[in-house]
Amino acid sequence: MLLVAEQALNGLQYGMMLFLMAAGLTLVFGVMGLINLAHGSLYMVGAFACAWIAAATGWFWLGLLASLIAAAAAGALIEILVIRRLYSRDHLDQVLATFALILVFSEGTRWLFGSFPLYLSLPPALTGAVTLPGGLQYPLFRLVIILVGGAVAVGLWLMITRTRLGIRIRAGEADREMIAALGVDISRLYTIVFALGAALAGLAGALVGSIQSVQVGMGEPVLILAFVTVVIGGIGSIKGALIGALLVGMTDTLGKALLPGVLARFMDASSANTIGASLASMLIYILMAVVLILRPQGLFGARA
Amino acid sequence: MNARKRLQFGVAVAALMLAGAAGAAPVKVGMITTLSGGGAGLGIDTRDGFMLALKQAGDAASEVELLVEDDQQKPDIAVQIADKMIQSDQVDLLTGIVWSNLAMAVVPAATAQGKFYLSTNAAPSALAGAGCDPKYFAVSYQNDNMHEAAGAYAKKAGIGKVFIMAPNYPAGQDSLTGFKRFYDGEITNEVYTQVGQTDYAAEIAQIRNSGADAVFFFLPGGMGIAFMKQYAESGVDIPLIGPAFSFSQDILPAAGDAALGVMNGANWSKDLDNPANATFVEGFETEYGRLPSLYAAQGYDTANLLLSAMSKADITDADAFRAALAEADFDSVRGKFSFGPNQHPIQDFYIREVVKEGDVLTNKIVEPVLTDHADAYAADCKM
Repeated sequence: MLLVAEQALNGLQYGMMLFLMAAGLTLVFGVMGLINLAHGSLYMVGAFACAWIAAATGWFWLGLLASLIAAAAAGALIEILVIRRLYSRDHLDQVLATFALILVFSEGTRWLFGSFPLYLSLPPALTGAVTLPGGLQYPLFRLVIILVGGAVAVGLWLMITRTRLGIRIRAGEADREMIAALGVDISRLYTIVFALGAALAGLAGALVGSIQSVQVGMGEPVLILAFVTVVIGGIGSIKGALIGALLVGMTDTLGKALLPGVLARFMDASSANTIGASLASMLIYILMAVVLILRPQGLFGARA
Repeated sequence: MNARKRLQFGVAVAALMLAGAAGAAPVKVGMITTLSGGGAGLGIDTRDGFMLALKQAGDAASEVELLVEDDQQKPDIAVQIADKMIQSDQVDLLTGIVWSNLAMAVVPAATAQGKFYLSTNAAPSALAGAGCDPKYFAVSYQNDNMHEAAGAYAKKAGIGKVFIMAPNYPAGQDSLTGFKRFYDGEITNEVYTQVGQTDYAAEIAQIRNSGADAVFFFLPGGMGIAFMKQYAESGVDIPLIGPAFSFSQDILPAAGDAALGVMNGANWSKDLDNPANATFVEGFETEYGRLPSLYAAQGYDTANLLLSAMSKADITDADAFRAALAEADFDSVRGKFSFGPNQHPIQDFYIREVVKEGDVLTNKIVEPVLTDHADAYAADCKM
């Protein structure tokens, strides 16, 4: 029972990380209609900024702040230099240009930091495990990731529903020509939204980099799952991104944790793992296919 | 070009050709190894160990031409590099692959094209038994060996129940097979992880609930670093054991004090007492400013084996060169070293303990566990 509870927490933590990635992606996709493959690179930028500043100053918190700033700055910069020219183009041009950005970011990072992975040490206040009600021990830092994800979800929801910026974002999603005609500086709005999404990706990179490793190319595997999350949740919907991320995180973690054990009852451990892991990865896409059949616009999508 | 110039040119070319023929035939070595990503530390040490041996050999190594390329730990890239090295660079010999899945993709094709392959690390069981080849030498070990040593230790130490875990690729399967061959207690879980996996939360949850007395794990390179960090954070306190790879010099700094006191099976340690090892460890520290790992030691031995064979035979005479390699007439940093009938090593295995020397985590030999140990597949090798 404790095992299932711990795996569920792992799924929740993974889901929250995906949410941080997917939130920015879905905003950019929804508001600007842009497919941004370079979102994974912003995740990597955040992780490297955090690792570098934390190592240089010895303060993890400063590193975390640096990840937000660096990723937001990188996001704003590429929006102004490259992305801005792509809004009116079709999706193929956007995919090509943002794919080129991935290569630029990866090689640039390799040039600056080398190919060797960096490892962050957590601040003493966040290390170790805590005992949860029910006697389950769980690493404190993973709990922090869950809490940060939750706080970001609430913050984004408040921003979208209660602030002027949120109104503009929603209006931009609904009809971009109209809000431009009403006198909203649409290009500044786009830069802000893009930088906001980038900052969230950078935060996710820094948090995950802290428990795993910081290396070139770390963003791309996450990016694919973030796109799946956006499609399941519905394009442009923050609520959809949250629910989608939790669904994907849970499905992936519980599938990987439980399937090999079930299969091992009637085959050897190596094959059970191979088949179990492949089935678990497939489960996510099966989930996506089922959602798309039942609701082509995604769970909370406004448009088909 | 007029006639006179043409003549001068011809003379110059002839003179160059004569100069080349005066020494022994040069040997062009293609090293394919991992220099980027999570496995970079292993390949960098392999390369640096190999190059240190060439440097220390001085003039004796002047006929070795070394090409090094990064395989990014990807089998398809390794195959591309091997094709390029064999076809356009025309290398005589390949070496350097760290990972067994890459070795399986490259080695059989290379030996089929008549190239020698000296393994500095990966030695999957599939190439040790029926799949052995006269042109393939494993200078490192056979994949099962280190894990057999850990299994023998676990049995001797009377550990009752063990949780075992390795990545799902040829070396991981060999690892768990090797451990189980020498350990006769209860296995609570047999878990395979993905190669290159960076998050071990799900596996740590299983360890927590396994009720095992020890965890045996084989996770080389970045995988081991990520696991050790996360294990230390998890609050699980079941003791760890493993092969030398999991507590190698490249992993220890990142693993931190969590690794202190951990026992691991190995074919080499920096405190192994023989003159060749002393020269190697001291030379490596002076040259690179860090402690050598097992991968560096194996790279160093491989280069010295190659040099010993080059001093006895010409690589263009494949049979003579093979015989010269099989003699293993070099001073190994591992002390006793010879090749078995399947051209895999016969060597001693030790149990090492992770200790702190000053501020630096490193390994120290506790005791030998398997002496003159070969591998379980030699009998199946017909050549």
